[in-house]
Amino acid sequence: MEKKWFTISVYSENNVGLLNRISGIFLKRHINIESLNVSKSEIEHVSKFTIVINTTEDWTRKIVAQIEKQIEVIKAFYHTDEETIYQESALFKIASHLLFDEPQIQNIISGSKSKIVTVSREYFVLAKTGRRHEIDEMHDQLEPYGIMQFVRSGRITVTKSTMPITPIINEFHQS
Amino acid sequence: MQTLKEKKAKTHNENLIRISGAEAIIHCLLAEDVNLIYGYPGGAIMPVYDELYKFQDRLHHVLTRHEQGATHAAQGFARVTGKVGVAIATSGPGATNLVTGLADAQIDSTPMVCITGQVPRHLLGSDAFQETDIIGISTPVTKWNYQITKASEIPEIMAKAFYIAKSGRPGPVLIDITKNAQFEEFDFSYSRCIAVRSYKPSPKPEIAQIEAAAEIINNAKRPYIVFGHGVILGKAEGQLRTLVEKAGIPAAWTILGLSAMDTDHPLNVGMVGMHGNYGPNVLTNECDVLVAIGMRFDDRVTGNLESYAKQAKVIHFEIDPAEIDKNVKADVAILGNAKESLDLLLPLIKENNHDAWHNKFKKCYEEEYESVIKNDLYPTKDGLTMGEVIEEINLASENKAVIVTDVGQHQMIACRYAKFKQTKSNITSGGLGTMGFALPAAIGAKMGAMDREVVAVIGDGGFQMTIQELATIFQNKTAVKIVVLNNGHLGMVRQWQELFFEGRYASTVMTNPDFVKIAEGYRIEAKRVEERKDLKSAVQAMMASKEPFFLEVSVENEDNVFPMIPSGASVSDIRLK
Repeated sequence: MEKKWFTISVYSENNVGLLNRISGIFLKRHINIESLNVSKSEIEHVSKFTIVINTTEDWTRKIVAQIEKQIEVIKAFYHTDEETIYQESALFKIASHLLFDEPQIQNIISGSKSKIVTVSREYFVLAKTGRRHEIDEMHDQLEPYGIMQFVRSGRITVTKSTMPITPIINEFHQS
Repeated sequence: MQTLKEKKAKTHNENLIRISGAEAIIHCLLAEDVNLIYGYPGGAIMPVYDELYKFQDRLHHVLTRHEQGATHAAQGFARVTGKVGVAIATSGPGATNLVTGLADAQIDSTPMVCITGQVPRHLLGSDAFQETDIIGISTPVTKWNYQITKASEIPEIMAKAFYIAKSGRPGPVLIDITKNAQFEEFDFSYSRCIAVRSYKPSPKPEIAQIEAAAEIINNAKRPYIVFGHGVILGKAEGQLRTLVEKAGIPAAWTILGLSAMDTDHPLNVGMVGMHGNYGPNVLTNECDVLVAIGMRFDDRVTGNLESYAKQAKVIHFEIDPAEIDKNVKADVAILGNAKESLDLLLPLIKENNHDAWHNKFKKCYEEEYESVIKNDLYPTKDGLTMGEVIEEINLASENKAVIVTDVGQHQMIACRYAKFKQTKSNITSGGLGTMGFALPAAIGAKMGAMDREVVAVIGDGGFQMTIQELATIFQNKTAVKIVVLNNGHLGMVRQWQELFFEGRYASTVMTNPDFVKIAEGYRIEAKRVEERKDLKSAVQAMMASKEPFFLEVSVENEDNVFPMIPSGASVSDIRLK
């Protein structure tokens, strides 16, 4: 079976140690987590893990079943890239003098649709949100001029179709 | 000690009593009907032991000689009773010594709650004396775990621990309790856990699936049932038997399904798996419908998946959704408790028989009998076989004993030849293959079934892994019968070395001590049998004894266990020699 990118969305209780339990499921199968994001979800007091892996659909299905089996996991889903809207965010810290010394920098900023978040005498910070390859392109363009610091977030995702989680949660509230 | 009722009477609030966390743990255990626990004390769990001392009239603590022994004893107790086994240990090495038992209970779906002490909250993460991250360590081998750092958490978490351990597909739970939480006083009240919102222990079987399964079974020409531990855990033995008899389907058990049906039931065709019976393995690839009930298609059962039951429609009765399509794709999957699912299925099943198909199993058995079983059970050579010892135990116990086995050749032989008349009578380390399991597990089994004979059958290798539990047997006068089948080797590994490593016996030859003297050192009556003529009387004497009894039998050093599916081969390629 062909390897693809899959985004796993895990709705869970917000408990210490659950991340360890979930990451162990990948570790046990020798599958690398390419990206991980933990945040609150659309449901109050319910956390959401967004995990990106590159593997076969068969493995992904089995992993999702194992994740869902964990006591504190409410529900887990997996989706392909085509089924989701997804983004990552990145921050670039650049020396301020480059704004004046290197006119090309201004072009990169406007061309990349990034935002200047802050400016000081020494440095300014660019924020870029988009697909992984867009961030990578911007990184490649800026690199020759010197990047003081760079960081990229994990992937965040919403699905194109309805996430069938709400009825499950409603059931909780009723019982 | 004061009962909860008496304490409540003294307080103004009806439901609350003010007690320490340590005492609360005892009350939680009592509220869960626990009256027997296994463990080993140490610094970080001392407050709880202090309470155990005060409550010893109602909560019996058995001091094992190693924490691993405590877990296996708790497992043995759980497996024979169906109740939750409880083990308790201190922090650090006490806690890490539980890991093997947790892993064993996890893979063999055994309900167990382990309680560990932990350094005080303010010392967590400081590399304090006997501090270890047992939550991190135990996460992959527990169904659930939790660290309590405040006494007030104790009732809810303990209730949750028992609920999770025993519900759905059972498993081990570890609760780590910091020492400050054991000392702290709080207002205690307890109510049992009846649900955890994110946890669906037992899915409801879907009628459409049940109907689909019934139709396939009713139209099958060569149906075949393979059943496992799920039948025992789900208390579905009666339903299984009704299904087998009504539809006339030959049925085989997995190693953990042993004793869920009478051995001598005419439609019980034996054991599947690497050293299972010949027919149940080869005919897997001839059936047209394979009905799997409460089993998980372990690799030791299926052999090579590429050539496992490919011709058959597979119906999988299973409680754990993660097991569906994990190893073998099911044509029809029925999620749910085995009993509930089979109760729904049975009215839809037509009476039938499949005599011609069943005869194929009988034919295979005859072939296996001629080339393997006859020589195992009624050998003509001088040396004793493991099989004939098991057969003597069957005779002396009238097939009524609980048989506890370790791992290796003796285990396979015992599981092949031990006979059962009652469920929950086979206790073995199936999934994990834990050497050292049997001796402590037999202690727990005996304490859980005092009215029954419990026979631990162990190899000379595994016996020495938890041999110190002889002291537990001696101290508690636990009347287990211990049979060590001594072949002077790590027999199963030696067998593989002979068959697949050109006879290079790397570290499998054992120079053993005088086991009889060791047992006698622990004041356990002991005998050694070296010749066939002494076997029957020795086994009879052992079974007749009301005390613990140790029997060493010197068996052939280089016998092999057959049939055998070589690792990675197909069930069709099972070898009879």
